[in-house]
Amino acid sequence: MKRVYVNEKWCLGCHLCEYNCAFANSGDTDMVRALKGKKIVPNIVVEEAGDINFAVSCRHCKDPICVKSCISGALSIEDGAVKIDKEKCVGCLTCVLVCPYGCIREGENGAATKCELCLENSCGEPACVKGCPNRAIVYEDRG
Amino acid sequence: MKNYVIIGNGAAAVGAIEGIRSADRDSRITVISREACHVYARPLISYLLEGKTDLKRMLYRPEDFYEKNRAEVLYGKSAVKIDPEKRTVTLDSGEEIGYDALLCAAGSTPFVPPFEGLDGVKNVHPFMTLSDAQALEKDLAPDKKVFIIGAGLIGLKCAEGILERVGSVTVCDLAPRVLSSILDEECAALMEERLKEHGVKFLLGDTVERFEGQKAIMKSGKTVDFDILVTAVGVRPNISLVKDAGGECGRGISVDEKMRTTLPGVFAAGDCAESFDITSQTKKVMAIMPLAYMQGHCAGVNMAGGGETLDSCMPFNSIGFFGLHCMSAGSYEGECYEEKGEGTIKRLYVKDGRLIGFMLIGRNERAGIYTALIRNRTPLSEIDFETLKKTPGLAPMGKNYRTEKLGGAV
Ligand SMILES: Cc1cc2nc3c(=O)[nH]c(=O)nc-3n(C[C@H](O)[C@H](O)[C@H](O)COP(=O)(O)OP(=O)(O)OC[C@H]3O[C@@H](n4cnc5c(N)ncnc54)[C@H](O)[C@@H]3O)c2cc1C
Ligand code: SF4
Ligand code: SF4
Repeated sequence: MKRVYVNEKWCLGCHLCEYNCAFANSGDTDMVRALKGKKIVPNIVVEEAGDINFAVSCRHCKDPICVKSCISGALSIEDGAVKIDKEKCVGCLTCVLVCPYGCIREGENGAATKCELCLENSCGEPACVKGCPNRAIVYEDRG
Repeated sequence: MKNYVIIGNGAAAVGAIEGIRSADRDSRITVISREACHVYARPLISYLLEGKTDLKRMLYRPEDFYEKNRAEVLYGKSAVKIDPEKRTVTLDSGEEIGYDALLCAAGSTPFVPPFEGLDGVKNVHPFMTLSDAQALEKDLAPDKKVFIIGAGLIGLKCAEGILERVGSVTVCDLAPRVLSSILDEECAALMEERLKEHGVKFLLGDTVERFEGQKAIMKSGKTVDFDILVTAVGVRPNISLVKDAGGECGRGISVDEKMRTTLPGVFAAGDCAESFDITSQTKKVMAIMPLAYMQGHCAGVNMAGGGETLDSCMPFNSIGFFGLHCMSAGSYEGECYEEKGEGTIKRLYVKDGRLIGFMLIGRNERAGIYTALIRNRTPLSEIDFETLKKTPGLAPMGKNYRTEKLGGAV
């Protein structure tokens, strides 16, 4: 299955992916209107540590512990991608407590939020990948 | 073709159905369900009363779940006896069902201490099932005074769920703090504060001596007048079916890392079972939804002849009250690393060079990275724990870890 991978040698730590992610999931058509002056809660987060930077988003694990742990049944696997039904989610954050990679977080409106590979929004392919200026994040099939 | 039988229809049963089907597409699955309804998310009953979910959204699995997994559910029926020699289960209707592999996923039953005068109290409700919540809901009205016995997770979730719909909510507990089984004093105090700010009243370190009609006389001498009583003192694992059949039981049904009981062909999972907690190195009942599912899944795979093991169980919990979240995991022993902020606490416990537990109040960001350190028993000498203890991240896990986890499919 295609997943999002980062090459930490090439990641500049510019955080553009975070903004592209927040915009893609905002449902808005205007980036400025969608993001300006707002605290964004993107589903991809750049870690900075000394001389390395890398963007991390959901690994879409083959045996996802978040899905097994969700207390409401809001998380599920669809063709390998791990999806969240925000209508079902009650925001208990049990998923946040179990994700080994820190890739699901408290979102807005009392629900958890995570990367859904832009399959659920109008983007169609990961906005973080499309907008990465240094092609440090790629969307490819590594098994 | 085998005959798989599952007693109970909660998260553990769902795990088992999915586990069995991952290994065996064809054999027969029969589910014996005392509750006469499709499987719902039990923890959501308080959210239902709060209006944050509804009957449709709170289904733990979609409506076509049993059909898709070809599981037959006997709704409204209870198992009353297991015969491990004949390999049969007897139902309350007298019917006998044969099995090749059996799972006991019977959950637990609310426990109500024999308070003097309880018989004379009206509008008494446990808070365990959807029908308990619906019965309680019928009694709710803006002028009602509610008294909840038990300041554990169930009692407090109930308090949060109904607070806006009644006149007042008072919670008592024998323990001197709220959530006493998962939090220490200081962490509990923050949670208590948040609940109080929203209007929940507390009588802690105090319990009911006797009831005189709709009035509780407390040990301290205080009295509480109420219209509705919710009993949330605790639960007891449903072990009798396995115990009476000769299976080994402690507080829960004793299982190994494959969820096998001591009876051949009989498995147990979820709130009725006790398994090994890697953080305290003891067997205990860990009554949480994620483990119910995972144990059920493990049992299911093994019932179908597969080889799943679950050898990293520990208690953990994430729960919020009025927007303040508390997270906890493992055991609170060893050396403690602490950070305190405005209304927040982080406590990490390190023993023998490994993280074995933590409490986080108002700080949930990427907490799963800590949980994974406990689950994987990661030697802290192999990672940059000095950085990690301040901010959970993957950078301090080291290059190799990142290459493996971020560079390929996991
Ligand atoms: C109000 C509330 C809030 C909670 N909140 C959380 C939370 O936030 N996070 C968390 O992790 N956990 C929470 N829990 C705990 C969680 O709900 C349980 O750990 C989980 O439901 C256990 O699943 P189970 O399948 O083992 O048992 P259950 O879900 O209890 O299912 C067992 C089923 O078996 C049936 N049964 C029993 N005996 C028989 C018999 N003889 N024959 C046929 N059927 C039988 C019962 O009727 C029941 O339907 C909460 C629980 C409650 C009540
Ligand atoms: S949220 Fe975490 S546990 Fe769940 S699939 Fe993504 S990386 Fe895996
Ligand atoms: S926060 Fe939502 S998605 Fe996460 S475990 Fe709770 S109900 Fe499930």
